[in-house]
Amino acid sequence: MRSFLRLRALVNSPVNIGITLACLALLAWMVPPLLHWAVLDAAWSGGPEACRAAAGACWPYVGQKYGFFLFGFYPSEARWRPLLALLLMLALLAGNLVPRFWNRRLLIAWPIILALVVWILGGGLGLPPVPTESWSGLPLTLLIASFALVLGFPLGVLLALGRTSKLPFFRMVCTVFIELQRGLPLVAVLFMASVMMPLLVPAGVTPGKLLRAYLAFTLVAAAFIAEIIRGGLQAVAPGQAEAATALGLGYWRTMQRIVLPQCLRVSVPSLVGVAISFFKDTSLVTVIGLTDLLGAVGAASRDPVWLGHDVEGYVFAALVYFTFCFSASRYAAWLERRLQDGARIARAAAVEQAYASRLAIRSEASTA
Amino acid sequence: MRLAALLIMLALGLVPTLSHAASTLDTVKARGVLRCGTENDTPGSGAPDSNGVLQGIDIEYCRAIAAAVFGDASKVTFIHTSTLNRFSVLQSGDVDVLIRETTLLFSRDTQIGLIFANTIMYDAQGALVAAKTGAKSLADLDGASICVFPGSNSELNIADYFQSHGLKYTPISIDNADALRRSFFEGRCDVFTGDRLMLSSNRSIAKTPTDYVVLPDLLAKSPLGPMVRQGDDQWLNIVKWVVNVTFLAEEKKITKANVDSARTSTDPEVKRMLGGTPGMSKQLGLNDDWAYQVIKQIGNYAEIYDRTLGDGSSLKLPRGLNKLWSDGGLLYSPPFL
Repeated sequence: MRSFLRLRALVNSPVNIGITLACLALLAWMVPPLLHWAVLDAAWSGGPEACRAAAGACWPYVGQKYGFFLFGFYPSEARWRPLLALLLMLALLAGNLVPRFWNRRLLIAWPIILALVVWILGGGLGLPPVPTESWSGLPLTLLIASFALVLGFPLGVLLALGRTSKLPFFRMVCTVFIELQRGLPLVAVLFMASVMMPLLVPAGVTPGKLLRAYLAFTLVAAAFIAEIIRGGLQAVAPGQAEAATALGLGYWRTMQRIVLPQCLRVSVPSLVGVAISFFKDTSLVTVIGLTDLLGAVGAASRDPVWLGHDVEGYVFAALVYFTFCFSASRYAAWLERRLQDGARIARAAAVEQAYASRLAIRSEASTA
Repeated sequence: MRLAALLIMLALGLVPTLSHAASTLDTVKARGVLRCGTENDTPGSGAPDSNGVLQGIDIEYCRAIAAAVFGDASKVTFIHTSTLNRFSVLQSGDVDVLIRETTLLFSRDTQIGLIFANTIMYDAQGALVAAKTGAKSLADLDGASICVFPGSNSELNIADYFQSHGLKYTPISIDNADALRRSFFEGRCDVFTGDRLMLSSNRSIAKTPTDYVVLPDLLAKSPLGPMVRQGDDQWLNIVKWVVNVTFLAEEKKITKANVDSARTSTDPEVKRMLGGTPGMSKQLGLNDDWAYQVIKQIGNYAEIYDRTLGDGSSLKLPRGLNKLWSDGGLLYSPPFL
């Protein structure tokens, strides 16, 4: 009933009727060809010949290649390893989403699980080693994004504190760093890390390509996170820090106990936004020769036997990206509501407590 | 002027060859695996097959070098390089050899501290048109619209061609290989120009490939070959002779299948090549049987071409210039003596 009433908004004024008709026309124009391509004229079984005969999409291609889309050039006989790594990372992410788990243990779980993932992918200590050059597909995408965010977060907090610091030296260094990283396109930073760095350091000590990509992503992520945290810091009333100082708390304890918790509450939705955008930005690593999810989908379409089905592959990639990003944004919206509720409950509790203590004081006074 | 340029390069650390004191061969042997810079997105040169394993002529030559150095073609790591970073990964020592369908150009051979070994594939810029136009040559296509990759040599060459023939054309530049192909097949342009290998692979996926023809015009030469760093002649020789040996083996009709019996051949050159004269490859730093290993594990040029580009592949590209000199092509190995 409520949704029916909402539908009325589509036709309740001439302008709205016009917009509705325009949208319907657009759909009528777009949907039938799409339906023909994706369903009616598509090939659902058979090999490359069947696909060439069909006018529409070639879904057997996706059926044949989805393993490669997801895990890329990782040795196909050992695909259980990237699969396990992927599941571990997804479990970690899922655990991260539940506010009940937000405690010290989660902070410890991150580095442990990431180290475990690196071991599972890279081998050594019992597993046959696989060079980082072969790591590809979705695990690589997630690994780069999570490394960038996990290392970028503490760095970003420090940078934000530095930029708001009263000490001119720290303030200047942090400001220059943040503005430099934010002012450069991510792709340029990646190129610096991937192309220039090996030329500048002596041969032999050059860190691997993947490590260089981590480094570039981490630095840029830190700069973006720093600006969000700085915004959060400014949202915390200055009275809070002043009160803490008046109580005799030092700078670090004030930040740790009073300012940062309030600041993070404000910043969480924007931080999720950064996480989503970095998840998508990882596809830039193809330009430095790493094969992430999108790179693997692109490479798969170049198999001479299956040439010409790049669109189907990109549809698959789009679905994966959409699943991740849409769930992340729904989660951020839910979290935002919850944190607002949380803040309201906390305020209500504080008022109640103040009222109770006033009553207590009054009753003490009356008994005295 | 050159001195100034060199000083600037030095100051920027852009002459990395200077910092590689140890020979490439020693580095490769100590590492136990060859690092080969390749591509993973070019059908026929380097692209994953249905099992996700890289296949292509460039990949085969990486494996051939590994077979020569280690006697084991599987001891190679393929480093995917992009068109933008391919030279810097070689300069920095991140890869030992770059085999990435790179066209030999004067500037690339002389100005960036790198050097080409011999050519493994003579490609050429050509033109693909619809058969129904009835064109026999590009010169028949005055006023045509032409699909071309922007910023490429192809774009400049096609402009030169039309200008020098006093003809008009409309360029349609699209910076995406798939979109370019689609525009051509949908009829947005009359001509699709680029390297013939690329054109043939595009033609092979048309609804009816016979509706399209690659015109006989050759707009520009495009010799593709492996690159190494300048200043390490031993390593350059290894790469050069691995390629030569595949030519020579085809000339002597030695294949993967008959190489074992060829070792006892009466032809002294075959015997020498397959390791019959101990110590002959000592200066090269390789075992006596390195050429035998290359042919045993990879095969001769005809076999390599057939399974990556020719009739054994789905590209079915004719050999064209990539025939032996004795068959009217350009492949020619100096004597193994």
